[in-house]
Amino acid sequence: MKILVCVKQVPDTTEIKIDPVTKTLIREGVPSIMNPDDKGGLELALQFKDKFGAEVTVITMGPPQADVVLREAFAMGADRAILLTDRKFAGADTLATSHALAGAARKLHWDLIITGRQAIDGDTAQVGPEMAEHLALPQISYVAGVEYDGKTFTVKKETEEGYQMLEFEGKGLLTVLASAFKARYMSVGGIVDAYDKEVEIWGADRIDLDESKLGLKGSPTKVVKSFAKELKQPGVIHEVDAEQAVELIVSKLKEKHII
Amino acid sequence: MNFNLTKTQELFRQMIREFADKEVKPLAAEIDEQERFPEETVKKMAKLGLFGIPVPKEYGGAGGDNIMYSIAVEELSRCCATTGVVVSAHTSLCLVPILEFGTEEQKRKYLPKLASGEWLGAFGLTEPNAGTDSSAQQTTTVLDGDEWVLNGSKIFITNAGQAGLYLIIAMTDKSQGNRGISAFLVEANTPGFCVGKKELKMGIRGSATAELIFDNCRIPKENLLGQVGRGFRIAMKTLDGGRIGIAAQALGIAQGALDETVKYTKERKQFGRAIAKFQNTQFQMADMKTKIEAARLLIRSAAFKKDESIKNDRINYSADSAMAKLYASEVAMEVTTKAVQFHGGYGYTREYPVERMMRDAKITEIYEGTSEVQRMVIAGDLFGKI
Amino acid sequence: MDNSQYKNVFVFAEQRDGVVQSVALELIGKARDLAADLGEKVFAVLLGKGITPSAQKLVEYGADTVIVVDHEYLKDYVTEQYTQAMYQVLVEYKPSIVMFGATTIGRDLAPRVAARLGTGLTADCTKLEISEDTKEFQMTRPAFGGNLMATIMCPNHRPQMSTVRPGVMQKCTPDTSRKGEIINFVPKFDSSKFTVKLVKNVKEQKASVDIAAAKILISGGRGVGCTEGFGKLRDLAAVIGAEVSSSRAMVDAGNMPHDRQVGQTGKTVRPDVYFALGISGAIQHLAGMEESECIIAVNKDKFAPIFAVADLGIVSDLNAVVPLLTERLKKEMAK
Repeated sequence: MKILVCVKQVPDTTEIKIDPVTKTLIREGVPSIMNPDDKGGLELALQFKDKFGAEVTVITMGPPQADVVLREAFAMGADRAILLTDRKFAGADTLATSHALAGAARKLHWDLIITGRQAIDGDTAQVGPEMAEHLALPQISYVAGVEYDGKTFTVKKETEEGYQMLEFEGKGLLTVLASAFKARYMSVGGIVDAYDKEVEIWGADRIDLDESKLGLKGSPTKVVKSFAKELKQPGVIHEVDAEQAVELIVSKLKEKHII
Repeated sequence: MNFNLTKTQELFRQMIREFADKEVKPLAAEIDEQERFPEETVKKMAKLGLFGIPVPKEYGGAGGDNIMYSIAVEELSRCCATTGVVVSAHTSLCLVPILEFGTEEQKRKYLPKLASGEWLGAFGLTEPNAGTDSSAQQTTTVLDGDEWVLNGSKIFITNAGQAGLYLIIAMTDKSQGNRGISAFLVEANTPGFCVGKKELKMGIRGSATAELIFDNCRIPKENLLGQVGRGFRIAMKTLDGGRIGIAAQALGIAQGALDETVKYTKERKQFGRAIAKFQNTQFQMADMKTKIEAARLLIRSAAFKKDESIKNDRINYSADSAMAKLYASEVAMEVTTKAVQFHGGYGYTREYPVERMMRDAKITEIYEGTSEVQRMVIAGDLFGKI
Repeated sequence: MDNSQYKNVFVFAEQRDGVVQSVALELIGKARDLAADLGEKVFAVLLGKGITPSAQKLVEYGADTVIVVDHEYLKDYVTEQYTQAMYQVLVEYKPSIVMFGATTIGRDLAPRVAARLGTGLTADCTKLEISEDTKEFQMTRPAFGGNLMATIMCPNHRPQMSTVRPGVMQKCTPDTSRKGEIINFVPKFDSSKFTVKLVKNVKEQKASVDIAAAKILISGGRGVGCTEGFGKLRDLAAVIGAEVSSSRAMVDAGNMPHDRQVGQTGKTVRPDVYFALGISGAIQHLAGMEESECIIAVNKDKFAPIFAVADLGIVSDLNAVVPLLTERLKKEMAK
């Protein structure tokens, strides 16, 4: 069995702070990590490697420094790693990204594609399903568990009310939840070997895709403006009776879209 | 001269830091409170290969270097000094001497078990009457046919009762002085060998520290490590490496205490502002940070030299590791004491981790050669024979 | 692409087990605003089996037209079946804008449809508007874990698609006298592409509690008092789907279990809303919750240190406030 895992290098958004003066994001010093949902996906693939001897290929689309997440993948146990990098991919929205990744996938042999449900910087959860569409694959998202009996994949999908069990045969694409697959740590031996292995570098010419589908040109959505969230203002203290207190609280909850 | 970690070392640091934060830190207070050995953590560390970092792959190790090893002990100790010393004592004091002085058979027999964490290792040099004066060995071994017979006792042995293999230093010929001392490998559960009661200690309370008692304990002739009469030299060289581990442990403790104090002083408000805004806080913390960085560089330098000495045995890193251990342990004691002070009354309670870090720091000035011994080694290197 | 060919604002009217989801009604509410600004109409697309009777409800909440696809294949949500139906509706009717709820269904369906149409999709929008001067559709959404807001447009592709989280937009007040057009649409399904089978659908309460994962925490301290006091907090929590947590004092007193303790020796939490009820705000407690998105503190003592970190500070008796708040929120949630 061959599995293709898509991963993304992202800034650790829990560490991001806003500059109170310029009101922009402070990106220096924010560590880059492998997106948690993608890491969960890699863990799932490695479990299939442990159980069924699957060959695991990891691919990422990103700038040259995304090499680090591929080394991490090697150290966790991946067999092959591809860095899809080219200036032509720059400015890609989810549609253009999914086209590029699908283009790369067409050049590889796999039985299953695994992606994370969503990346913690974009938070869209779109690339996986869009890739599945380009490749005409069945997709299951919010995956919390997978069993395989040699023929059929039985997949547990988390929903708001509980979960569903779904089945399919043949090839498919799964988008996976970090919370469901506790990723293994890199082993020390794996780390020692990680930089001795080859990361294949693929550019736009490798994937046979019309340039009009790539990068900024291939992106139907465009960011018109971006701005940092309002910094928290110091709170106000109200000495009120219970009824007024309830009014104030309900207003606040509405303001925060809780109700 | 490149002061940066290599990409591989950086990747390793990323892994061990995450492991320490997620797996070690949550248990640290409980390990100390209950004085219990961190068994579950040991299993997890074994699985990742953390018990065989500097052992070549052909012997079942990870094939890493001493810089990685020192980073491992530092990051683990930042969260829990007990966990750090389990790895340090095992690696520097048992695993490495077999790698450096063992026969091919001994290496093939013991290194895979130790590197995989299936067995932990321990080192027995210290005796009730032989601490700093380590050559005053009273444990004896006598060759009887195909076996060595050990009699005597060792105290304050780290990983005692948890280890599968013990490197024991003992007197084979009293008339030869230091040249009458030899080194032996003793497996746990060997008849005639037992482990005494666990010591109740001030700090690193989860670490298994106990007495080893040898009463006509018979071990195979093949379990002599190195040659007869070379045991003292093996012990001293072993401690040279061990000092890098303990220095890393001390550094980790100091760094952990500094991080906690930065966090606390930013939150704690008195006189209308965070105490981090007072110059007294800032100046003292600046000094603490500087000393920690200096300690780190001494350790990296000693670890680097040890790695170099593997390729070129004319390189002597004894004084370097002694300086690293001396300095890092004294910095750890100073930083943790100040950390408690900055936390005020809260720092004295067990609700905050700094009092544990202060209690943990003290032993780093004592074991694997007291600060006084380190000074002797450094002065010896400085003055040569006088 | 000639954008002028594309008109009207469409909403995917998500239903589960035949029940139209609140998010669909909220999106229709928003669609009305957008359609008004554009001088166009609001269409709801209702997919399912046996769901035709629900179409009228969509009209009552503001849809001008409801396109109903009532078919055996659409009984339960499975990606390909719904994608085929939705795709054919959109190709046929050429809307300018299409909105989906950002639910597990919406976030599975919308990108598949967008990719099939070759158009742009913007996820988790918190603000949708038509610009006054240029009449362009502007979608604003959070990124970087919510630290950054981005305004996005889809200028050259149609339809312009977006997903919106439940609770963000406002429903209209339903008007039972309202009339609208209800169209029955029959797609040409290609069942050879239906490769995924739904085996079972399980509804269950999440077993264990991790307060660090909760979006809303109702946290009680000494001011809450005893176990009955926490019972009232649990009632409040149940109404808004929150979890209950507490300060160390209450855990030490045996009123709450340790896994619900917030603070230095408990857990560190960062929920969207943290209610600090009867909690003074000692430094050990603050260490565990001061990064919460929004802190609402209720305490009788106006000098309690918790007020220094609260976004909304209420000096009042929580024993009076909590039951009143619970009743009031029950009413709000029922709307």
